[in-house]
Amino acid sequence: MKQLLVFIRKEFYHVFRDRRTLLILFGLPTAQILLFGYALSSEVRNINLGVVDFAKDPASQQIVSRVQSSRYFNLKEAIPTYDAMQRAFRENRIRAALIIPAGFNGDLRHTNRAQVQVIADASDPNAATTITNYLTGIIGDYQRELNATAALPYRIGTETRMLYNPDLNGSLNFIPGVLALILMIVCTTLTSVSVVREKELGTMEVLLVSPFRPILVLIAKATPYLVLSLLDFTLILLLAVFVLDVPVRGSLLLLFAESALFIVCCLSLGLMISNVTASQQVAMLASMMGMMLPTLLFTGFLFPLENMPLPLQWISRVVPARWYYLIVKAIMLKGLGFAAVWKETAVLVGMALALLGVSLRNFKIRLA
Amino acid sequence: MPLWAKTGKTMGAVTVTNLTKTYEKGSVTALDDVSFRVEAGELFGLIGPDGAGKSTLFRILTTLLTADRGTAGVDGFDVVKDYRKIRNTVGYMPGRFSLYQDLTVEENLNFFATLFGTTIRENYHLVKDIYEQIEPFKDRRAGKLSGGMKQKLALCCALIHKPTVLFLDEPTTGVDVVSRREFWTMLNRLKEQGITILVSTPYMDEAVLCERIALIQTGRILSIDTPDAIVRGYPDRLFAARTDDLPRALADLRANPSVRSTYAFGEYLHLAFRQNDTENVSGLSRYLAEKGHSGIEIKPVTPTIEDRFIDLMTRETTPS
Repeated sequence: MKQLLVFIRKEFYHVFRDRRTLLILFGLPTAQILLFGYALSSEVRNINLGVVDFAKDPASQQIVSRVQSSRYFNLKEAIPTYDAMQRAFRENRIRAALIIPAGFNGDLRHTNRAQVQVIADASDPNAATTITNYLTGIIGDYQRELNATAALPYRIGTETRMLYNPDLNGSLNFIPGVLALILMIVCTTLTSVSVVREKELGTMEVLLVSPFRPILVLIAKATPYLVLSLLDFTLILLLAVFVLDVPVRGSLLLLFAESALFIVCCLSLGLMISNVTASQQVAMLASMMGMMLPTLLFTGFLFPLENMPLPLQWISRVVPARWYYLIVKAIMLKGLGFAAVWKETAVLVGMALALLGVSLRNFKIRLA
Repeated sequence: MPLWAKTGKTMGAVTVTNLTKTYEKGSVTALDDVSFRVEAGELFGLIGPDGAGKSTLFRILTTLLTADRGTAGVDGFDVVKDYRKIRNTVGYMPGRFSLYQDLTVEENLNFFATLFGTTIRENYHLVKDIYEQIEPFKDRRAGKLSGGMKQKLALCCALIHKPTVLFLDEPTTGVDVVSRREFWTMLNRLKEQGITILVSTPYMDEAVLCERIALIQTGRILSIDTPDAIVRGYPDRLFAARTDDLPRALADLRANPSVRSTYAFGEYLHLAFRQNDTENVSGLSRYLAEKGHSGIEIKPVTPTIEDRFIDLMTRETTPS
């Protein structure tokens, strides 16, 4: 037992004395979260908006002035025709257009129903969604205000059209994806590299010719990274909540427990990679290419899985990050409890056990 | 009588029987039917050039590799079956510096002591002589030590658990001459404590410092004996020759039919004749003079282990 503790302490020395490892551990998540957070920020401001007002009546002008006073929009110009609007879109002068049909006020007063149309440039799908949401919100506010004094409820229908990219990639919730990605990188890469380093430097030879059990080598190697990964997870969560205002709606404890499970999964993967590679570079490459790419592609946080060809969907099922991503989304963003994620959890438990089993079994007690 | 030598007949002894090891699916032979025995408490040297199979042999004996054929035992335990027992008792210093460069001298020693279930204090008497020399640098990271100090630290780490058999794979390679000499002094002191030591080296001059040596070449043992006996086994009278143009002299001597073998040896060419004949030397002087050499010098010399090694090696490769 004392041997194990001293071994683990030694591993911590390795981590804290290597600036590169520290950078990967703590610099990477911070940079990623902030980059993803601001680059993919759902907050869009100073949107150039074109208004095509065919009605030019009191109601339409009220809506336009509300839009104008919002801090999100720059009202570029009054656009007279559809053709002019399309030109403006093509020339990138506007990113969205609000179209109010002729007789808007009349429709609203007499039939209590009216229509507006919102068109957004969806080549940047996230921004487009946000923009249409803002506009819909402003119009909804106006409708509520009218209804406060009205006998019969008014209804303004908003018809939304996404230009250029009709099927939006809807998810803005990248935090779970980034979480999965970073834990994957930190656990898998760093663990595999730290084991392979012992092989490369020849210290593994000395370790093997000692009474210390080979299995304990793996445990001692993995433990620091388990601890550090949980620290990393906390760091990401803090950044997400306090810098990016992402709420944690579900149980924090459950989130931690599920993350620990995912981390064990990744650590086992790292150990497995270290069993079959002999140099740090190969281990690094294997973890990066073998793990990071599938994590990026097959978790569904960058590319929706439903749109993928069936074979790729099958592949996605063996990517642990995919299940973890679903779990985090459910707990963190939807506020669901264990009952909602037990299936995904079961899959992860199965994967962790299988991977751990394989990596322990394949650990070589000799050199070749 | 060392304590652990009393406890069992085979304690401390290393036996190697018909070991064969090949790499890359049998295309490269690292060890070819090697057999020998090292007695308890002996300082045994494996002498041979790079690629002779020394490291492979050490790795088999330290249970890191398994042989294709043959058996080996350390302390009476089989290297395959009882590998755990061997790992508990032997000390191993690999050819490459294999300590943690980012840990300090003291942390390294402490780590290995704990790994073997002991403490520095418990076995300090074993490493004291060596450790005292590196103690001033105990807070320095191992990676920042000089070559000689690294070796001393590695030896300390291999010794700290009081091994019965110590395997040192080329411990003096890449170490300066002074440190090498010190290192061998330390080995002799350890031997006095009753530890069996197997050491490999490519340096022929270190061979005489061992009690017994095995000359090894391309996976085969050429000869096993005390260094003296091995030198005595040199069959011919050996001469050293030199002229002002050594490379050309070497070519000319090789072309001379009376010369059996010749090779460069420091500032001289060593040579042996086909037949022992008193006329040999004067005849050869004339021959060299005819070839236009100046500063001709030919004198008899005592063979060294290297001469014997070269002699055995040429016999091995050119069967007569």
